[in-house]
This record gives sequence, C-alpha cells and structure tokens, in this order.
Amino acid sequence: MELYDWLLALHVLSAFAWIAALVIYSVLVAALWRTSLPSDVVRLFRVSRAGDALTAVGMIGTIVFGIWLALDEYEIWDGWIIAALALWIVAAAIGGRTGATYKVVNDRARSLVADGEDAPSSEFAALARSSRGLVLHVAGSLVTLAILVVMVYKPGA
Amino acid sequence: MEFPLLLHILGASILVGGLITALSFQLFGWARETPGGAAMLARFGFLSLLVLALPGWILMRVGAQWIWSEQGWDDVPDEPAWLDIGWMTGDFGLPLILVALILAGVGARRLRQGGGTTSGFVRGATVVTAITLIAYVVAVWAMSAKPD
Repeated sequence: MELYDWLLALHVLSAFAWIAALVIYSVLVAALWRTSLPSDVVRLFRVSRAGDALTAVGMIGTIVFGIWLALDEYEIWDGWIIAALALWIVAAAIGGRTGATYKVVNDRARSLVADGEDAPSSEFAALARSSRGLVLHVAGSLVTLAILVVMVYKPGA
Repeated sequence: MEFPLLLHILGASILVGGLITALSFQLFGWARETPGGAAMLARFGFLSLLVLALPGWILMRVGAQWIWSEQGWDDVPDEPAWLDIGWMTGDFGLPLILVALILAGVGARRLRQGGGTTSGFVRGATVVTAITLIAYVVAVWAMSAKPD
C-alpha cells in the first residue's frame, strides 16, 4: 500500500466517525423530544460524550488527511476541493452553535437534579425540545451530506 | 456510477453510525444504573439498531450490488482481496445485526417489564454489536485503502 492509500483510508474513516457523531446526536435530539425528567436528560447527555469524541476525531481527521490528499494527488485550488473546504467551515460553525444550544439544556438538567427537582416541568420540556437546536442540527447534517455529495461526484474534477 | 456509490457510502455511514450509537447506549447502560435508566438506555440501544443500523445495511448492500452490476465485476475471474473483505463483512454482518437486534429487543423488554439494572440479553447484544462494528471498521478500511 502506498501513502495515498493510507491517507484515503484515514480520510474515509474520519468521515465515518464524523457521520457517526451526527447519527448519535440525531438519536439524542429525537430522544429529548420524548423525555421529560431532568435525570433522564442528564443520562442521555452522558451518551453525547461519545459523539463529542467522534466529532473531534472526524472533523480534524477529514480536514488534515483531506488537505494532505489534495496536496498529494489533486490541486488544492480545484473547485470541488474549495467547495468541500467551505462546507467544512460552515459545518464546523453550525456544529459549534448546536453544541452551545444543547449545553444550556444539559446544564439546566444537571442543576435541577442537583437541587433535587427531578420532576417533569413545562419550562424544562420547552428548553429540551428546543426548535433552534433542532433546526441547527438538521442544517449541520444537510451541510455534511452536501460534503459527501461533493466528495463522491467531484464536480469539475 | 456516482449515485450507486453515494448510496453505498451513505448506507455504510448510517450502518456504522447506528452501530456506534447502539453500542454507546449499551455501554453506558452496562455500568450500574437505576432500573428506569437502564430500561431507557436499553430501549434506545435497540431502536438505534432497528431504525439506523438495519436500514443502513440495506442501503449499503443495494448500492454495493448496483456498483457490482454496473462495473461488470461478475466477469472478473480473480476478485481483489478488498472486494472479498467487503462481501464477507457485508453478508456475514447481517446475521450478526439480527442477533444483536433480537438480544437487545428481548433485553429492553425484560428491563421495562421486570425492572432491574442489568440484563444478560442487553450485555450479549453489546458484545455482538461491538464485534459487528469492528468487522465493519475493517471493511471501511479495506474498501477505501484497497489492499492487494
């Protein structure tokens, strides 16, 4: 196997880690809409730690090995590579905002559990079922799907 | 040619993502939990296998067959090793997913009905899910690096 083969494999495995993180977050977002107890929400957010680790590995791996591949095999100024890089930046920005939105929910759930107020409440349910969080998560997932489409079709290559 | 490849990769991504999600719920539920918490984590582990891993496998397999037909691989006498690894993990993965699904479903049902904080069925599902995930990570490496 040559360097290109290893770089491609690591790039693809990183992309799988990134998409796996999005799948975990999708299940958690759906689960939050069906969960009303703060202690259950705290429990769900423990699972999100796996998603956080995969996001870090996936996003760093795709950009590092992707740029390395581009320099090794393609031209970094190819249109489809520029498009993928731009979409990566958009996905990272949206991901940051999504994380901040759901961190508020996690912090509130932890605080309620710590205060012994582990009962369903309409105020907490409204926070957990944040439409802003849902919209941001869907937008981030669509941008990631767009990156996958660009990677497969390589328009202009 | 690109659309079947997109379908194959998207399906494989959802499959691997579903397996990792199920495994995460199962592993967090493996540790000591309250009865309600264990049942909830077991249920989401089961649903991740049912709603994500299984449909992901179908998409991945349909895409693979489509590519196989379009590229005329059936006319090639000696298939490369990476293709053998892909077929093997693809086809042997389905029974493993189904076993994990059944174990996870029975375990989640028992935890919901009978309480308790652990279930041998869910732990069995965790082991089978982990084995299946490892096989598919190897397959992703083989399909992308294409070793001789």
